[in-house]
Amino acid sequence: MPETPAFQFVDLRQQHAVAQLGMWTFLATEVLFFGNLILAYCVYRSAYPDGFAEAARHTQIAIGTANTAILLTSSFLVAWAVALVRLNAGRIAAILFAGAAALACIFLLLKGLEYRIEYTEHLVPGFFFTFGGPNQTSAWLFFSFYFVATGVHALHVGIGIVVLVVIALKARCGAYSARYHAPASVAGLYWHFVDLIWVFLFALIYLPGRAS
Amino acid sequence: MSARSYLTDDTRLTSWLFTTDHKRIAILFFVGITLFFFIGGAAATLIRLELATPQADLVRADVYNRLFTIHGVVMVWFFLIPSIPATLGNFVVPLMIGARDLAFPRLNLASFYLFMFGGLVTLYAVFVGGIDTGWTFYTPFSTMYSNGHVVLAVTGVFITGFSSILTGLNFIVTIHGLRAPGLTWYRLPLFLWSLYATSVILVLATPVLAMTLLLIALDRVAGIGIFDPARGGDPLLFQHLCWFYSHPAVYIMILPSMGVISELIACFSRKAVFGYKFVAWASLAIAAVGFLVWGHHMFVSGQSVFAGLVFSFMSFVVAVPSAIKVFNWTATLHKGWVRLDAPMLYALGFIGLFTMGGLTGLFLACLAYDVYVTDTYFVVAHFHYIMVGGMVTAYFGGLHYWWPKITGRMYPEYWARAAAILIFFGFNLTFFPQFILGVLGMPRRYHVYPPELQVWHVLSSAGASILAVAYLLPLFYLVWSMFYGARAPANPWGATGLEWLTTSPPPKHNFDVTPIVRRSPYDYTLSGEARPQNA
Amino acid sequence: MTWYPPRTLVLSWFGLLALLGLTVFAAYQPLGTFNTVVALAIATGKALLIAAIFMELRQRNGLVIAFAGAGFFWLSIMLWLASSDYATRANFPPT
Repeated sequence: MPETPAFQFVDLRQQHAVAQLGMWTFLATEVLFFGNLILAYCVYRSAYPDGFAEAARHTQIAIGTANTAILLTSSFLVAWAVALVRLNAGRIAAILFAGAAALACIFLLLKGLEYRIEYTEHLVPGFFFTFGGPNQTSAWLFFSFYFVATGVHALHVGIGIVVLVVIALKARCGAYSARYHAPASVAGLYWHFVDLIWVFLFALIYLPGRAS
Repeated sequence: MSARSYLTDDTRLTSWLFTTDHKRIAILFFVGITLFFFIGGAAATLIRLELATPQADLVRADVYNRLFTIHGVVMVWFFLIPSIPATLGNFVVPLMIGARDLAFPRLNLASFYLFMFGGLVTLYAVFVGGIDTGWTFYTPFSTMYSNGHVVLAVTGVFITGFSSILTGLNFIVTIHGLRAPGLTWYRLPLFLWSLYATSVILVLATPVLAMTLLLIALDRVAGIGIFDPARGGDPLLFQHLCWFYSHPAVYIMILPSMGVISELIACFSRKAVFGYKFVAWASLAIAAVGFLVWGHHMFVSGQSVFAGLVFSFMSFVVAVPSAIKVFNWTATLHKGWVRLDAPMLYALGFIGLFTMGGLTGLFLACLAYDVYVTDTYFVVAHFHYIMVGGMVTAYFGGLHYWWPKITGRMYPEYWARAAAILIFFGFNLTFFPQFILGVLGMPRRYHVYPPELQVWHVLSSAGASILAVAYLLPLFYLVWSMFYGARAPANPWGATGLEWLTTSPPPKHNFDVTPIVRRSPYDYTLSGEARPQNA
Repeated sequence: MTWYPPRTLVLSWFGLLALLGLTVFAAYQPLGTFNTVVALAIATGKALLIAAIFMELRQRNGLVIAFAGAGFFWLSIMLWLASSDYATRANFPPT
């Protein structure tokens, strides 16, 4: 039973604090993993502002906005679930974790739909990409960034879905309580971070160039 | 005497392959990195054999390109970066802080398997034809023109990168969260300060490498063109991304070795390290400022002159904390009870060779001088003085120092001293002529050269042969000592530090009773007696 | 009553959705270069809300906040120093 700490820890409080620090350290690595792409984006957007603006106008802002709302809501559900786990309400928390995972699945479905639209509009670099006008090269760069960034993010969402489902099942079986809830809190941190990254990607991908 | 220890507790193969004991994982890493050291060394042997003559008589140009690439890739990622942290660090960190294991033992095992898996993928890339891009994978050659197995090789390095990240994560969290009662930050041995600084770099720099490698692979496979000038991309963006990781990477390599040297100097001078707090904070300063200097690899690449100025200035600044350490180590020797055991010989060798390497780094930090010697053997000599003269020397020093603790056996002292001296001599003969070659204009990564440079190349290759023998010696006598060496007591060196409080080798759970720390880490009396940290 | 979501979480959620609406609305207003500033400012605001409330940073000690900020701080170093090259290079973007 996870009511006793692992052998290298003195007590559960230490184990929980260490688990939190560990997850924050991992999230720092993720910031720099995505940050690499952010640098590339900043460099090329400053080089080709008009091209990026025009290319961004071709993104599906309706799907993007819906997806952002979906992720924000799933984050809310996860935060709520973690709060409930700490109140020993594991079974209700399990429903919320599962709900968040379901919303994330809808996110991925919409993303797939969006990719398909972009494929039919010939906006996928390397797959019959065509972009009329003088901004073809910068549009190619924009969409390269778009597919790499959202693709890597979608991979993180996929991993997050698996994690949330596992946490949901364990919460339902009563594995977590007010005394021991580190895995649920830490999984929550990961999920909120996935959401946070998307918030920035949304601003960089869907919003430029809309005013003209 | 077959007392139970972590070595004898369970001798089934599965207990080793699925262990979560940090001490056993350290030994697994030892075996792994030694294997890769010999592979990288074999490439180096062929390189130095080819360079003994001015013509291309041993290997063709494209084979030579593959040789220096694989030498770099294997030595950097599969030997130098994991070496001290994953072997000595893994073994010693929990012992030094009075803990039973690292914070995340299963992540530690995962780190080992990721390391080996990545290494095997990269070796497979070598066997099926190799890569010829240089270890830095510069674009657009790597993404567009190279006909080597670039995607395979970068995949192998990508996988191993996660090994680095997990090790760094484990160390940071362990040092923050698992210290024994009474072990405040300023009572930590300097080895831990250095490993903490190393871990910060591991955690923050390696992810940038991971994404960069992914972008190379995507550019090659899908042609996304992010670094391709024809698609509006900038090859220099690749260099910025590459060096943002690769420069801090060299501090990943040197910081742990500096930590080892602090331990060796203190123990074999029977004195506290001079200016402990300065040395401790210097480690963090090197890690932090080390992130601000990467453009000094790009002075002649087309980077703006203004950026060159900034990076040049920061490169001078980063030398200061390293110099503080060298001065403090030297000051520690003053009026100490200096014993010239093999670990101390390595430590003294380190101070000399690292200083030479560091000073020549300042030459290279100078914008104008760098234009003259960039991409010549001056650079090659500089980084080998630091990485081999510094890092590998310290690795051997630490290996000998903690050998009794790890194996419970003493190594044969006179053989060890002979090997240390031979390494120092062979190293200088190999690499000092390379400074001269660089100034005379010998470009790096070339296998043909004007005949008048041959004498320096011959000296260098001769030195390399001595170095090869010198590196093989410890392999033989250390393995010999595992079976026939004298049994080691708990504290054969009479050193301070919590790791010496437990038996040699330690039991599986490290300490029967968690020590309570009451003293500073290098508390020696005036006559050189150690006061243990828990006394 | 215990299964109700805590008020701060609900308010944060509404706040985030409101900020989402605001940022989309602002994107369609002709603000010139300010469009980017506004979009990033709102994104940062949303990120801070997520970090402080959902990720509970407001209840954590300085060490955890330092860990949380470290990645962003280092990223800013990378962006800033790399920009020092691109901002001062003579022939960038290549024409």
